[in-house]
Amino acid sequence: MLIRALQDEGVDHVFGYPGGAVLHIYDAVFRQNRIQHVLVRHEQAATHMADGYARSTGRPGVVLVTSGPGATNAITGIATAYMDSIPMVVISGQVQSHLIGTDSFQETDMVGVSRPVVKHSYLVRTASEIPETIKKAFHIATSGRPGPVVVDIPKDMTDPTNLFDYNYPEKVTMRSYSPATRGHTGQIKKAIRLLAKCERPMIYAGGGVVQGDASSQLIELTRLLGFPITNTLMGLGAFPGTDKQFLGMLGMHGTFEANNAMHHSDLVFAIGARFDDRITNTVSKFCPYAEIIHLDIDPASISKTVKADVPIVGPVDTVLDEMIKLLEPEVAARSEKQQQMLKEWWEQIEGWRKQDCLAVNRDESEDIIKPQEAVQAVYKATNGKAYVTSDVGQHQMFAAQYYPFDAPRKWINSGGLGTMGFGLPAAMGVQVAFPDEQVVCITGEGSIQMNIQELSTCSQYGLPIKIINVNNQSLGMVKQWQDMQYEGRHSHSYMDSLPDFVKLVESYGHVGFRIESRDELEPIMAEAMAIKNKLVFVDILVDPSEHVYPMLIAPNGSLRDMWLSKGVRT
Amino acid sequence: MRRIISVLIENEPGALSRVIGLFAQRNYNIETLTVAPTEDESLSRLTLSILAGNEQAEQITKQLNKLIEVVKLIDLTEGEHIERELMLIKLQAAGAQRAEVKRTSDIFRGQVVDVTQSTYTIQLTGTTEKLDAFLKALPESSVVEVVRSGVSGLARGEKVLTV
Ligand SMILES: Cc1ncc(C[n+]2csc(CCOP(=O)(O)OP(=O)(O)O)c2C)c(N)n1
Ligand SMILES: [Mg+2]
Repeated sequence: MLIRALQDEGVDHVFGYPGGAVLHIYDAVFRQNRIQHVLVRHEQAATHMADGYARSTGRPGVVLVTSGPGATNAITGIATAYMDSIPMVVISGQVQSHLIGTDSFQETDMVGVSRPVVKHSYLVRTASEIPETIKKAFHIATSGRPGPVVVDIPKDMTDPTNLFDYNYPEKVTMRSYSPATRGHTGQIKKAIRLLAKCERPMIYAGGGVVQGDASSQLIELTRLLGFPITNTLMGLGAFPGTDKQFLGMLGMHGTFEANNAMHHSDLVFAIGARFDDRITNTVSKFCPYAEIIHLDIDPASISKTVKADVPIVGPVDTVLDEMIKLLEPEVAARSEKQQQMLKEWWEQIEGWRKQDCLAVNRDESEDIIKPQEAVQAVYKATNGKAYVTSDVGQHQMFAAQYYPFDAPRKWINSGGLGTMGFGLPAAMGVQVAFPDEQVVCITGEGSIQMNIQELSTCSQYGLPIKIINVNNQSLGMVKQWQDMQYEGRHSHSYMDSLPDFVKLVESYGHVGFRIESRDELEPIMAEAMAIKNKLVFVDILVDPSEHVYPMLIAPNGSLRDMWLSKGVRT
Repeated sequence: MRRIISVLIENEPGALSRVIGLFAQRNYNIETLTVAPTEDESLSRLTLSILAGNEQAEQITKQLNKLIEVVKLIDLTEGEHIERELMLIKLQAAGAQRAEVKRTSDIFRGQVVDVTQSTYTIQLTGTTEKLDAFLKALPESSVVEVVRSGVSGLARGEKVLTV
């Protein structure tokens, strides 16, 4: 019944791992062929795979795990999806209902353990409610602000000897759940008035634009207005990264021009973003001259950390469509003076841009590879068109800075939770969804080892991912903070006893390369990317002392207070 | 500021734990909490009294509204409302204290609901302030045991909280 419900929901892939409490379900999986099950090597990876699948396709990822350790292993991935608002349905087995509460074998209170990191959860109480519960789970996971939903199913509820009339509901209505379907007209008009009269505007767009499939509206709006735009780490690709109006990412490791433009702006239009602490720096010093328009599907995101002058709750695509219509005549009627103000604003921004804050600082006489150059080489070898997943650390920030994304859903990383170990399984989820696309995982030697067992899953399913290991022989991001805040005491940020990655991946049947000098970088990268049907692991030895810049100065700094390179600040 | 938030919530297992979990998770404080089914048995009504400034109260109501099982809610303290709390209090009432305790209880319109040779158990309803005042008026040494229900409330006049 469960599997049939999943089929009727249109699920084509399930990522999972079997165990006692889900044996009935696995038997049903075995006896059908509409849903493909991908067997992982660790349940955390199953959730990240489903997550990568969801981020790249926009369709919910589905996970199947057993009770107890299977369920708890899935928690990190559920929390990762929760923080980034990713639609996911996690089906966990539970011990038989009469054993619940008795500390029986492999029993954990999954609904309780997962509660703070799910959008919602269900414990199935009678077998006949499975179809409706599954329908509700998918509805909740995918609508409004998306998020993970857990469905915990006691083993006896899936006993195939208990037969029920099966009926999969076309749709569900819930009196207690009805996300906004359009924006408030009065607020939209107020926003239009502000957008029509501002002098130093900034558009600040986040992951909500990607998840809300509103990239084309964002592009149209931004072009129409002629305003500068910045994206958050989660929003990269929502607006083309190589476009002139794009100022780069903002926040902690944002560009000099994006952070300065935010700071000096008189009107910030936040779209599907949530004023995270990695964006604002000191909240009381954030955008001191700006009025703020905040459009988001989640009312609780609005005025949570930064007070919005004009709050608009609604789906980003619909609201932006409406705003574009209203703005067209306003833009056409712009006065000379306004055009002049906007021109001067752009001139100021171009001045900041001249700082060229992402220029790679290197000594040409040295052969050592800079991690930024590794990312640039990936960009070149993939023509900037690949799906790129990343792990967490310096390599993640370098990827965000040096691989401009021109389309949404191509950049896949754990922004909210910052989960090391995310990159490889997420890339696998993308590759499962798009078998013919180029999928690259930019990782570090620390992060990759957190889910390296999945190299085995990759051989089983023939997933030809390209893994780029930006190997600085250290937990670089931790080390950077220790350099800057702990006088260089590198407490446990050193990755000693690394494996020979090339031999390691070869033992799984994959291809491995090691790059140690600059002249090898581009040719080997090109060679690696040209291998279409194999997983290729490229281990690149990079400068272990490099830091990520710009970097906001904390505590007490504003958005214009940045370190620009070692020892050089604004 | 003290606020009273009244919430209609699906009468389903686990719903209450989500409300309480939310408060723990987001570092909000609950002063009191009462919950019971309503005339419509598919719904429970939950009354929370909390201490929160304007911005925090706004966040709390938004976060509560986000819970899937929460059907509707109202911040009663935003308008005119009636609030009541029930207190049962067991008092040492022997010798000279006996008359004194009874007199104080009468002044506060308490009802004696149980009597022994040495104790009175008094039931008192009213606003939280009234119950606090009663407790203050009693000699501290006479109080043996106190149980309070937490606040319940309704908006005054035509305003209602229904689905
Ligand atoms: C699961 C988990 N544990 C710890 C951290 C803290 N952390 C953030 S970055 C980082 C270092 C990552 O090292 P590596 O993957 O080698 O990347 P690098 O910074 O060197 O590029 C650590 C330990 C984390 N984000 N996730
Ligand atoms: Mg590293």
